[in-house]
Amino acid sequence: MSELTLTVMRLGFLAVLWLFVIVAVQVIRSDLFGTRVTQRGSRRTAADTRPQQGRQQQAAPPQQRQQSGRQRRGAPTKLVVSEGTLTGTTVALQGQTITLGRAHDSTIVLDDDYASSRHARIYPDRDGQWIVEDLGSTNGTYLDRTRLTTPTPVPLGAPIRIGKTVIELRK
Amino acid sequence: MSVVTNTTTIGAIDAPSRRNTELVLVAFAVLISVFAYANVGLALNGELPAGMLGYGLGLALLGGVAHIAVRRFAPYADPLLLPLATLLNGLGLAIIWRLDQSERFQATPNFAAAASKQLMFSAVGVAIMVVVLIALKDHRILQRYTYISMLVALFLLILPMFFPAVNGAKIWIKIPGVGTIQPGEFAKIIIAVFFAGYLMVKRDALALASRRFMGLYLPRGRDLGPILMVWAFSILILVFETDLGSSLLFFGMFVVMLYVATERTSWIVFGLLMSGAGAVGVAMFEPHVQQRVTAWLDPFAGWGKLAASEQMAKSLMAFGSGGTLGTGLGQGNSDLIGFAANSDFILATVGEELGLAGMMAVLLIYGLIVERGVRTALAARDPFGKLLAIGLSGSFAIQVFVVAGGVMGLIPLTGMTMPFMAAGGSSVIANWALIGILIRISDTARRPAPAPAPSPDAEMTQVVRP
Repeated sequence: MSELTLTVMRLGFLAVLWLFVIVAVQVIRSDLFGTRVTQRGSRRTAADTRPQQGRQQQAAPPQQRQQSGRQRRGAPTKLVVSEGTLTGTTVALQGQTITLGRAHDSTIVLDDDYASSRHARIYPDRDGQWIVEDLGSTNGTYLDRTRLTTPTPVPLGAPIRIGKTVIELRK
Repeated sequence: MSVVTNTTTIGAIDAPSRRNTELVLVAFAVLISVFAYANVGLALNGELPAGMLGYGLGLALLGGVAHIAVRRFAPYADPLLLPLATLLNGLGLAIIWRLDQSERFQATPNFAAAASKQLMFSAVGVAIMVVVLIALKDHRILQRYTYISMLVALFLLILPMFFPAVNGAKIWIKIPGVGTIQPGEFAKIIIAVFFAGYLMVKRDALALASRRFMGLYLPRGRDLGPILMVWAFSILILVFETDLGSSLLFFGMFVVMLYVATERTSWIVFGLLMSGAGAVGVAMFEPHVQQRVTAWLDPFAGWGKLAASEQMAKSLMAFGSGGTLGTGLGQGNSDLIGFAANSDFILATVGEELGLAGMMAVLLIYGLIVERGVRTALAARDPFGKLLAIGLSGSFAIQVFVVAGGVMGLIPLTGMTMPFMAAGGSSVIANWALIGILIRISDTARRPAPAPAPSPDAEMTQVVRP
């Protein structure tokens, strides 16, 4: 057997051995990430939102364009859970309505004994201002210290308390 | 504006079963082993070895059967444990076969080819793993046998004392017609069951009843009982069986599990102090252990005088001659080590023929097995499963450390075998059983939790009372 073949085999074997180790590490990489964000319901929502979208566009075309173009300065870009079992979860704010509650179709499913199944929702109004609204929950939604009775604009960084969970909007 | 109404759900990640990943990796592991085998044949004789097909098919059959058993009986098990074990076993087989081909070995009077025997033992090991998967539907069943397993483990540990010493250590029992068995390898698994069951019940007493002193939580005198007993027992093993390896293994495993169960660093401090004191004390007057320490402190001084030192020195030279990339499979001279080159010293062959790069890869594979075990312990939902998984992977880690450290001259050499790679029936069989139990625990741990009620009613919401 020629020297060259053996050298190639020797290095090739080491390469293959390391490749195995690297592949194995790739397999366990999924362990490092705690939560997964899934996009779903695309067909249904696409169907029943198109008219709504059209309506919105008719009602306020300038604001819409502004929002879809670049974010207003000082507008929050993400929603952060700062207390409770979901601490650390962030959701990017892209103009979608965020529902909070224990129901499984909520945007943020709260694992919190003091939360109702459909507890509250956070949505942008026509000016791109984010509004929080209590959906008739049992224990109420608090913005800072005050219990919400009507849809209220959310200032940047103000804590929204739902049961044991606290969320806030951040830039 | 297509993103406007996209619904996004945030939830805990659910582990997919990943059986197909496992299948691909097992096939990869078998291919690497066949590659190693072919490489040895080409280097030694210039042609593909005759037994390559049989060896490859045998290994593929083992991996395949194990994979089908996992797919059938533990569908959510960790996808890495089986391929990693298969690769180590296959690589070990190739290296044992390579050492069988050595003319220096074949010239010795009582030479017997070890590779075919090792393949047979691997088959028995995989069969045992399959039996574990079938028979052990739930690892919590083992909890019922906490104290029985203590008795069985003690029996297995004490048994070799009544058999003659082999190479200075009494860790083998000889059954006429069957061969020699190393009961310590099996005792390691059984005693993990006892420690897990015992510590699960007692951990509160061991963790909470303590005084704080100089930053350490000192346990009460009476809570020191169990650790003292295990310590005394491992010292007894060291004295009567003159086996540093299993003594260290059992004590180390107990300390690891005690630490995990109680979250008290003080147990580690106590454990290290006690094992250090015990080892030094016994090494003072036990000639067999003393010899090992001498060989460790200055392996080259005993060249030509002391067999243990010479063997140690040759092992170090094998590592040295391997260098970074190694000499290539089948092209080293690690067979000069002679006795135990294919069991205790098999890592010296890896170090010489695959070099530092290959050695690191092999150690990483061992590390990944341990990591998967610890990960299984983290994911397990019941405390018994947690402790059992940590005990088994801890004992695996300690064994790898003790053997690799011994062969490389970091710590005194002990008579233990490298799991899966080294030639030795008991070791291979026991380690496959260990992997079987870990696969079972990880299957239970990663199985998706039963789905919660479809729509939680508003009544389920607790009302805050002022």
